[in-house]
Amino acid sequence: MALPSYTETRYRIWHYFYIAICTFVFFFLIAPLFVIFPLSFNAEEFLVFSEGMKKLDPDAFSFRWYHEMVYGTKNPWGLAAKNSFIIAIFATIGSIILGTLAALGLSSRHMPYKGLIMAVLISPMIVPLIISGVAIFFFMAKVGLAATHTGIVLAHIILGTPFVVITVTATLSGFDHSVTRAASSLGSNPVNTFMKITLPLILPGVISGGLFAFVTSFDEVVVVLFLAGLENTTIPVQMWTGLREQLSPTILAVATCLIVLSTLILVTAELLRRRSERLRGINR
Amino acid sequence: MSSETRQILTTDGIPLEVSLKKAEKKNKIKAFLLVAPLLLFLFITYVFPIGEMFTRSVDDRMVTNMLPKTFKAMESWDGKELPPEEVFTAFYSDFKFLVENETQGKLGQRLNKEKNGFNTITKKLMRLIKRNKIDESQSIKEQIMKIHKRWANVEYWQAIKRTAPPYTMAKYLKGMDMYFAADGSIAQVDEDRRIHRILWLRTLEIALFVTIFCFLMGYPIAHLLATLPMKYSNLLMICVLLPFWTSLLVRTASWMILLQTQGVVNDFFVMIGLVADDNRPTMMYNKVGTYVAMTQILLPFMVLPLYSVMKTISPSLMRAGKSLGGTPFVAFWKVYFPLTIPGIGAGCLLVFILAIGYYITPALVGGASGTLISNQIAYHMKATLDWSFASAMGLMLLSGVLVIYWVYNKLVGVDNIKLG
Repeated sequence: MALPSYTETRYRIWHYFYIAICTFVFFFLIAPLFVIFPLSFNAEEFLVFSEGMKKLDPDAFSFRWYHEMVYGTKNPWGLAAKNSFIIAIFATIGSIILGTLAALGLSSRHMPYKGLIMAVLISPMIVPLIISGVAIFFFMAKVGLAATHTGIVLAHIILGTPFVVITVTATLSGFDHSVTRAASSLGSNPVNTFMKITLPLILPGVISGGLFAFVTSFDEVVVVLFLAGLENTTIPVQMWTGLREQLSPTILAVATCLIVLSTLILVTAELLRRRSERLRGINR
Repeated sequence: MSSETRQILTTDGIPLEVSLKKAEKKNKIKAFLLVAPLLLFLFITYVFPIGEMFTRSVDDRMVTNMLPKTFKAMESWDGKELPPEEVFTAFYSDFKFLVENETQGKLGQRLNKEKNGFNTITKKLMRLIKRNKIDESQSIKEQIMKIHKRWANVEYWQAIKRTAPPYTMAKYLKGMDMYFAADGSIAQVDEDRRIHRILWLRTLEIALFVTIFCFLMGYPIAHLLATLPMKYSNLLMICVLLPFWTSLLVRTASWMILLQTQGVVNDFFVMIGLVADDNRPTMMYNKVGTYVAMTQILLPFMVLPLYSVMKTISPSLMRAGKSLGGTPFVAFWKVYFPLTIPGIGAGCLLVFILAIGYYITPALVGGASGTLISNQIAYHMKATLDWSFASAMGLMLLSGVLVIYWVYNKLVGVDNIKLG
């Protein structure tokens, strides 16, 4: 943002001040993530930068903690990663199915009590997690699903659907309903119309909602802490225990992997968002 | 027009109006059926369990079920002087039944919470019953009163009577540091023991300040993102979105590393000479840690709604303001700022709602002075196992959140929440 040459000095100063503030905030947002990287290669057992690391001594760096993460004895990360992925994948599928159906109904102009129903469907996103955790725990304990994968998957479907509902309704808001009418008038049945016409058009919204649901489940710890037994431990639960009890750099190695994963997800989500915006732009 | 206006009929002879209504109804049902699976699922697994928390929080049927005859006999007792013989007899027979089933311990504990000293005297009574030392042909009242002087104290019988109703608001009062006094009125806990009020206030304070910090930091960068050319703003947007997509625990972990006494922030302060090396400030396990970490974690939730509103404001409006003689400051304040108020409302409410129920970050970096009401709920769920109290506190928090959610829905509309 170049300033025009006639700008008065005081606005010039203000402008640089504004740029400085913005730089600081961006730094504040992103810098903490980059502390994790170098420390995860620490050769020592402490979570601080050693003297060697500050001097960039190659001996001060090692893959020790990554090795520990994968091959360490009695280490919980393998099981946790397996559980996390299984739970997140099933929770995502469930959220996508229930959420997309609901979004299709909600964006019909015939839908009665739209506002109220939307408010109920979004509520798991708004209600504090600790309350959701307590309520879901009581329910799962009653029906005998506490400390099972099924229970956790169901809990994560509850937490994941709001995201799918929001993203899919947003995609459908730019959706031209005359194309489905055209399909029906040409003799297609509703299921066929949905699979061949509607779904391909709203797919970016569905996938980005699914990504949100996946990340929500993959990152969720409060509800799992209530529901999980030893067998159902997940990556966030292990990190939580690790951060509370034995602070070991292995956690940082795991954290680095998670940052890489979230970068991949971010890139996918961004590409989808742009594609969706382009498609909607054409429709208008 | 006369009443003879001809009704329009469809080909099969049904009035058009009726036919249209029928079609409309069919469409309504179709739309509703699509929403029904999720709605049903949420009601069964989520909405009803939250309702059940309420039943749990007011449930006080334990004593009611343990002493059915006693409470029946107590109905005619005015509660001013020692109860008559029938009450003692009824209590004795209830209690004897409990002793035979070995469940009298629970009663003792529960009554002890109502009035201190019950544990001892119920245990004494239990031992006498077990040794058959009570002669049922004599006056039960005389014998029980002889066991311990507290049994002859009317206050203890009043305490039993207070536990009669199957429902109690006591847990809610406890959450506000109040309790039912001996005469049934509501009394305040001693000033030095009002821990819950401190927690409520601290939760509000932290949520409020985190919202303010997020606003102060989020507004400028949302503005920059909205006004920069796409090429640059997309790049900078990553700085907002990457933390947004990164695991909460990873972000909390990085703050733990940064803020510790030997951490990077303290190293930096020492390097620029702000603090002495042997006098490093504690920034973790207190409020500072909670503020810093929560602000960074919730900042994207402020920036994204602000950005989506600012993006729609045409830059020509500011130019018009300036060309009409406003200085840039005046043009900003009179033209730009009012247009961003919907975004400010959305962002602030969202951050406040999320902050007020925060659990993980305060538990890890907050220490004793930085924990919030959520941590207290978790503590009662896991450590003291007082689930009814945890439910009561949870519902008190929930009612606050729902009020804000309602306002949010009125102002912004839930279907306008923007994600990324």
